[in-house]
Amino acid sequence: MIGAPAIRKEGRAKVLGSTCYTDDMSAEGALHGATVRSQIPRGILKGIHFGEGIPWNEFVIVTAADIPGKNRVASIVHDQPFLVGIGEEITHPEQPVVLLAHGDRQLLVKARKAVRLEVEELPAVLDLQSSLDLTQVIYGTNNLLKEIHIRKGEPDSVWSQAAHVIEGEYRTGAQEQMYLEPNAMLAVTERGDPNAQVTVYGSLQCPYYVHGALKQLFDLPDDQVRVIALEMGGAFGGKEDYPSVIAGHAALLSWKSGKPVKLVYDREEDLVCTTKRHPSRTRIKTAFDTEGKFLALEIDFVLDGGAYATMSPVVLSRGALHSTSVYCCPNVHIHARAAATNTPPSGAFRGFGAPQSLFAMERHMDVCATQMGMDPVELRRKNFLKIGDSTATGQIIQENLDLGGLMDRVLKEIGYHDKQKAFAAHNATDDPIKRGVAFSVFMHGCGFTGSGEATMASVAGVEGLADGSVSVLAASTEMGQGKNTVFSQIVAEALKLPVDMVNTAIVDTKYVPNSGPTVGSRTTMIVGKLLEDAAYGLKQSLIQHGFLKEPYSPEAFKEAVQKAHARLGSIKSYAQFHKQPHIVWDDASYRGDAYPTFSWACYAAEIAVDTVTFEVKVEDFVAAQEVGRVVNPVLAAGQIEGGVAQGIGWGLWEDVVSNQGRMVNNQMTNYIIPTSADLPRIRVIFLENPHPAGPGGAKGIGELPMDGPAPALLNALQNALGPLRLDEVPMTPERLLTRYEEVYGG
Amino acid sequence: MADLALTLNVNGKSHTVRVHPLARLLDILREELKLTGTKEGCGEGECGACSILMNGQVVNSCLIPAAQAQGAEIITVEGLAEGEKLSPLQAAFLTHNAAQCGFCTPGMLIAAQDLLNRCPNPDENQVRDGLSGNLCRCTGYVKILDAVKVAAQEGSSR
Ligand code: FES
Ligand code: FES
Repeated sequence: MIGAPAIRKEGRAKVLGSTCYTDDMSAEGALHGATVRSQIPRGILKGIHFGEGIPWNEFVIVTAADIPGKNRVASIVHDQPFLVGIGEEITHPEQPVVLLAHGDRQLLVKARKAVRLEVEELPAVLDLQSSLDLTQVIYGTNNLLKEIHIRKGEPDSVWSQAAHVIEGEYRTGAQEQMYLEPNAMLAVTERGDPNAQVTVYGSLQCPYYVHGALKQLFDLPDDQVRVIALEMGGAFGGKEDYPSVIAGHAALLSWKSGKPVKLVYDREEDLVCTTKRHPSRTRIKTAFDTEGKFLALEIDFVLDGGAYATMSPVVLSRGALHSTSVYCCPNVHIHARAAATNTPPSGAFRGFGAPQSLFAMERHMDVCATQMGMDPVELRRKNFLKIGDSTATGQIIQENLDLGGLMDRVLKEIGYHDKQKAFAAHNATDDPIKRGVAFSVFMHGCGFTGSGEATMASVAGVEGLADGSVSVLAASTEMGQGKNTVFSQIVAEALKLPVDMVNTAIVDTKYVPNSGPTVGSRTTMIVGKLLEDAAYGLKQSLIQHGFLKEPYSPEAFKEAVQKAHARLGSIKSYAQFHKQPHIVWDDASYRGDAYPTFSWACYAAEIAVDTVTFEVKVEDFVAAQEVGRVVNPVLAAGQIEGGVAQGIGWGLWEDVVSNQGRMVNNQMTNYIIPTSADLPRIRVIFLENPHPAGPGGAKGIGELPMDGPAPALLNALQNALGPLRLDEVPMTPERLLTRYEEVYGG
Repeated sequence: MADLALTLNVNGKSHTVRVHPLARLLDILREELKLTGTKEGCGEGECGACSILMNGQVVNSCLIPAAQAQGAEIITVEGLAEGEKLSPLQAAFLTHNAAQCGFCTPGMLIAAQDLLNRCPNPDENQVRDGLSGNLCRCTGYVKILDAVKVAAQEGSSR
């Protein structure tokens, strides 16, 4: 069970092509929906005009005036309208203004183009620096969506006495999640239906976020809104918060027309308007002693949040908390800000701020090593966190951490030391192909930041069914990561049953409790642990009621559940997350235990770069991580391989190009994600060190692999080409050429 | 515009449909024939999620105008298994976790089947090239390559 390569629960349907994704659902008489958007970055909406030649009387038309409840998307901050009303401010170029529905899709396309918006334009803020400079105040009083300070010791007392003070500035671009299935929703509404007036089926990660958003939009009580999460064709954070908007739109059209409405984005619309990874800028100032030990660290971390807060406060928090990477430093000041711009809001994407700040720090370590004439391996080894050390927030490392051992294992696996020598000799020849090998060391905090889990107090449960099998009741969604299988394995292990006796229930807010959003590498560790506890509870109650005796066989368990079900009707057991007394966190001062634990990793990359075309080829990639206990080695390896592929894409190719706040390369033809021909075989190594916070000792893994590739690749480019200004991802051939010419001339 | 009447053979069965003249073969499969296994990931010939075999050739069904499908022999993902029995490729995809979210899987299976039809024993680079028109965002392709190689070793070419 735990530790076994159990076959993916929903895998058979997936290879047969019979899995039902949202757009595969058919609903009798459903209309298609479409969204008319603002098209200018900032202004006041003055009027809406419906052009000639369209039979408008056949259309369902929804504007802000039709909203029955509150025109704000429920989120961390309730700042984003579902639709901009007349007289209100447009704050980015893809802002929804009018919704249309019709049965004929071709006609709908024409109609959308025939709606003209009358707008009084206002000057816009389109980049991070203009926002920080307050060229225009577009959000609150200072354009900041969130600001955090983390302090430890007295960095200012150190600079003047340090042997080395080294500064750097690093940037990362936006990144598109590019789940293969574009966003899709189907809304069915029934005014006055006592069972649920608003029902939405969709491709969404967080059913209770959508549930909360619809309640507020329609001003309906809990039980009048129902959200069903269907199978998702990928998400990666991209279906964390934006689905609330799309679900609201589909439901509004359905509410007004009384018919089911399907709102499915095509790829271009999905790319241009939905959330992406936050662009970032990180400035780092470090002080070292003569040996290369850290004395002080000052980090200025800034994210571009776009027009509304969405997830920015928590993305910023995670980014700030990972910005010192895996090092111990006595004096630290981290200043983190998320600033607003007149661009579509940034949002969640695998890693959630950590890839940005870790890129900066892990790149900076190699820059520092070069400047001090030290080996990057030894510089890191001198500064690694170990048991008893404290992080920037004062969290004491409780586990027996051996980052040096992890690093050595990876360096050996990729042949680091031999290759460094061989490549140095090769790179001195006049072969235009230069080679490099390098690495990064990093961690990822498991579960929500700080007090997040305690505040959420998630619930998950298990249910014994009439046929004697066990069903998992949790709001965690399946996006390909394997939660159906992993949850079943965890419960099967707790109950000592074969995994085919446990299945996951459909994620429907009418039936499953709020076990929190499917984000933050929390599903296996946090929700899985609740399920383990709930499973023990189920067993205990079967024993207490005299249905079951230990030890038991799976057959005996099945009979016990059947009997209990026949006698009691329904048998369910729930567990709720409780604040663990030894975990202490203070949100006001940002001091304490930022995460219950971390997963730890070292990734190494070997690259070849052509100094004529500046194409980079990744020749080898080793990804080693300590993730507690691995629940399912095959699924876990798949998560790492896929995450590394996304990390390589972000590091080298995936470039969001914008003009006037709009993405202009919003097609798969010009936003380039890796194909099978672009990647090496990603070699995955798991080191196990079971952790008591997770089920069977498991920690989180989903986001970790996004953090390490970009800095490892750029460090490898430095190894191949010398100390160029390798300060930005994606490091596209054009950017690399510019930097090469800065040093070696044109 | 008047509807278009077409006859085509899909997974061994002949169908006659009336469709909008601007419809694509993908729309015929998904909407008229309710064969929703074939997916739309981009609608512009880039992702391969809509791959099908048309007269023995792998094509992106989002790029094929309905009229061109007249008289065609088509195999979709639904045509790969024999009843309950998975094809060797499907079985290998299942055991090797080659399908994560599964959205690229139907197209990937079709492209892999086409590759094995043409080249029964591909080496890793041939598989990489053969599948390079099908994007997958979940797997990093490692498990897909493994699955195709295993299926090839078991002689899946049909
Ligand atoms: S949908 Fe046809 S290639 Fe993407
Ligand atoms: S499995 Fe999700 S895109 Fe391939």
